[in-house]
Amino acid sequence: MGVGIKVEHLNAWFGKTQALHDISIDVPANHATAVIGPSGCGKSTFVRCLNRMHETVPDARATGKVRMGELDVYNGTAAVQIRRRIGMVFQKANPFPTMSIYDNVAAGLKLNGFHDRQRLDEIVERSLKLSALWDEVKDTLRKKSGASLSGGQQQRLCIARALAVSPEVLLMDEPCSALDPISTGKIEELIFQLKENFTIVIVTHNMQQASRVAEFTGFFLLGKLIEFDKTEKIFTTPSDKRTEDYITGRFG
Amino acid sequence: MANQALGAPRLTGPQPVAKPEVVSSSRAETAPLIKAGDSRIPDGIFHGAVLSCGVCVLGLVGVIVYQLVTKSALSWHAFGWKFFFRSEWDPVNEQFGAWPFVYGTLVSSLLALVLAVPLAVGVAVFITEMCPRWLKGSLAFTTELLAAIPSVIYGLWAIFVMVPLLREYVEPFLARYLGWTGLFEGTPYGIGMLAAGIILAIMVVPIVSSITREVMTAVPQQQREAVLALGATRWEMIRTGVLRNARAGILGGVILGLGRALGETMAVTMVIGNRPEIARSLFAPGYTMASVIANEFSEATSDTYLSALVEVGLALFLVTIIVNILAQLLVWSVTRGMPRRSNA
Amino acid sequence: MPNLGTQTGQFEIAPISLWRRGMNGFVTLAAGAAVVLVLLPLGAIFAYLIYKGLGSINWAFLTQTPKPVGEAGGGMANAIAGSAYVLAIASVMGVPIGIGAGIYLAEYGRNRFGDVIRFTADVLNGVPSIVVGIVAYGIVVLGQGHFSALAGGVALAIMMIPTITRTSEEMLLLVPNAVREAAYGLGVSRWRTTLSITLRTATSGVITGVMLAFARVAGETAPLLFTAFGNQYWNWKMNQPTAALSLQVYTYAISPFDEWHRQAWAGALILIVLIVASVSAVRIAAGRGMLKGAN
Repeated sequence: MGVGIKVEHLNAWFGKTQALHDISIDVPANHATAVIGPSGCGKSTFVRCLNRMHETVPDARATGKVRMGELDVYNGTAAVQIRRRIGMVFQKANPFPTMSIYDNVAAGLKLNGFHDRQRLDEIVERSLKLSALWDEVKDTLRKKSGASLSGGQQQRLCIARALAVSPEVLLMDEPCSALDPISTGKIEELIFQLKENFTIVIVTHNMQQASRVAEFTGFFLLGKLIEFDKTEKIFTTPSDKRTEDYITGRFG
Repeated sequence: MANQALGAPRLTGPQPVAKPEVVSSSRAETAPLIKAGDSRIPDGIFHGAVLSCGVCVLGLVGVIVYQLVTKSALSWHAFGWKFFFRSEWDPVNEQFGAWPFVYGTLVSSLLALVLAVPLAVGVAVFITEMCPRWLKGSLAFTTELLAAIPSVIYGLWAIFVMVPLLREYVEPFLARYLGWTGLFEGTPYGIGMLAAGIILAIMVVPIVSSITREVMTAVPQQQREAVLALGATRWEMIRTGVLRNARAGILGGVILGLGRALGETMAVTMVIGNRPEIARSLFAPGYTMASVIANEFSEATSDTYLSALVEVGLALFLVTIIVNILAQLLVWSVTRGMPRRSNA
Repeated sequence: MPNLGTQTGQFEIAPISLWRRGMNGFVTLAAGAAVVLVLLPLGAIFAYLIYKGLGSINWAFLTQTPKPVGEAGGGMANAIAGSAYVLAIASVMGVPIGIGAGIYLAEYGRNRFGDVIRFTADVLNGVPSIVVGIVAYGIVVLGQGHFSALAGGVALAIMMIPTITRTSEEMLLLVPNAVREAAYGLGVSRWRTTLSITLRTATSGVITGVMLAFARVAGETAPLLFTAFGNQYWNWKMNQPTAALSLQVYTYAISPFDEWHRQAWAGALILIVLIVASVSAVRIAAGRGMLKGAN
């Protein structure tokens, strides 16, 4: 089962530029939460602060408190440990180019020291089934390289790879923005099913997508969280005028 | 009113085609499989290890300078600056003057450049601007192949093939028609400054040519088109649209070639005659800084002798460093900002 | 209405003059001639190597050591082995340091300090090989009291390091950052990511760089003149002088004996074949390796 994420007064900077201003949000467990907003509003930055990927950029830093279940993400735990419990799927699929499909899925486990062959086989199969890729690749697991799949398949491979380490939370940073509608549809189906066992945070610039897959939505603008509520409410009766303007397409 | 454009959101979601059964057990099993270790110490060790490799590179220059300076101190104290302007090289009486070698190095390198630069630029122009596409790759490859041939093999070929040619045909020809210049007098031995200059030229062409090609290719296509649109012939386009823009880079390539020529040892040693003489004629034998070190280092009998040779090496080192830095700066000024082409 | 009628004649474009056309053609010819002139010695060198050297390469040549002066026969077996030996010593020192420095520059060195190292490496690449020989002499030979294979190895390692550093850095920088991020996202530590992911992705390129540095120093003679020094016999000890192919070719070439000249050509042919073969093998292997991890 997934855990909830409690964010308190999160601020983030790239060098001297402040990208996030005092974000406080409660991401509920076992639900999908969408993060929407116009380009440059900080939604990717926010999500990358949750698993401490933000600090891998030179000169980037963040302050504030993020709790994932009982874990304090920023204090007292190494970033590496946090990232093993939070999975991430990136905007552009990034399978490891020199590895086979099997090795890609198993990468998170193998690189962290887990080598039990039989268990790995089971986990790889399970993860690929979870990401609805198993049937398409089960015969060429070790022969084909991860990079030889189509765009949509690669992204599902990355999802399988993230799921293989059994994270509690899955962060998705515009996972479908580079994909065709059919692949997008398949991945949205996936998210719908994964919700039962994971907490999902999905960044999207596509409002229809947010309304299709997420129960909760947060609207970001210029680095601030403007509104966070049930998706239904955000899209039908938003409390803030800025939210309403964005939803109706007046800007962004 | 806000939502009319969108329609009511559908949170029922898309209908799943097949429901995966394995979902529920996934979490609990693998959680403890991954060790929860912190990686800060191994990360630190790794950083330290590669950092020390980087420092090694810096250290190498330090070591080189240290060795050259300390081992040449004896000679420096004995002869001072004048070392490079004296002509006496007498190991028996421990009198050392490096001027003949400096002269020989300069003349052979200059001669090499005079011969190599027009050829190299010509080759580069041909390959980049005039060559049919199917020929480009193989021509580029073969000129780079020239760079892969070891110096000693150039020397071998020079001694047994080029020198006889010079002796029998080229030098008598030059003596007869160009002897009045004073550059081509005396007995044509074949071996001598001219031979050294020619073989150096052949060795320097690939470098100058590949840099010239690189900077010529870095000139944007719009420059060429602009000149062509004014009604220029192809040569005029190359001259004003490409070469003019790439001038600094080509100069850099030439200087890089100079740097290579200055330090070149084996091929030159094998054909220059190895006599510390200064003569106007290119037929005469000579000696270069690199050659004297190559020939006499392992037989240097006294400390002063060895120290003098190391001092020659130090001078060679300093000159080539300065020349190379200058060349790099010039080349960067043209190619900086251009995306690097892969040369695979 | 603008009155252009009477003036049009002045704007007629003159046909390109004969001079300009002639110049164009001449330059084309000159450039072509330059290519021919440059390729001529290349062809001549290979032709003579084969013509003069091929006949002398036989089993005896490849397996025997040199015979004393004046006697016919003998071979360069010890020189071939010696070259391999010195190159191996050089690689053991040069390759790890070079790749390590390349990793540092690519992953940790995007700063002023890294620029200093980069600049230094480029400067080191331009140091004349004879000077490197002097330095290795000072460090090793003077310390040990005699010429040695180790000294030769040190000299060649000094020449390999800057080249390997720069090419490794270049290849590592080609690995897209998305690949590193994917690994970080899985909770893989930085050192593990750099070695198992980044370096692994760049492997074929890095190996190409190493082999090219290898091929470049394999033919070097100057730095070995007073380090490895040469040896008539077999030698596998690191602290004794060793024969090397390039040294042997040089010694034989400048000798007054025809017999030795003949063997010099043969040795040179073997040397060039080995160099060209290793460069080509690298290109082929890199090509295939890249296809395996296809994008």
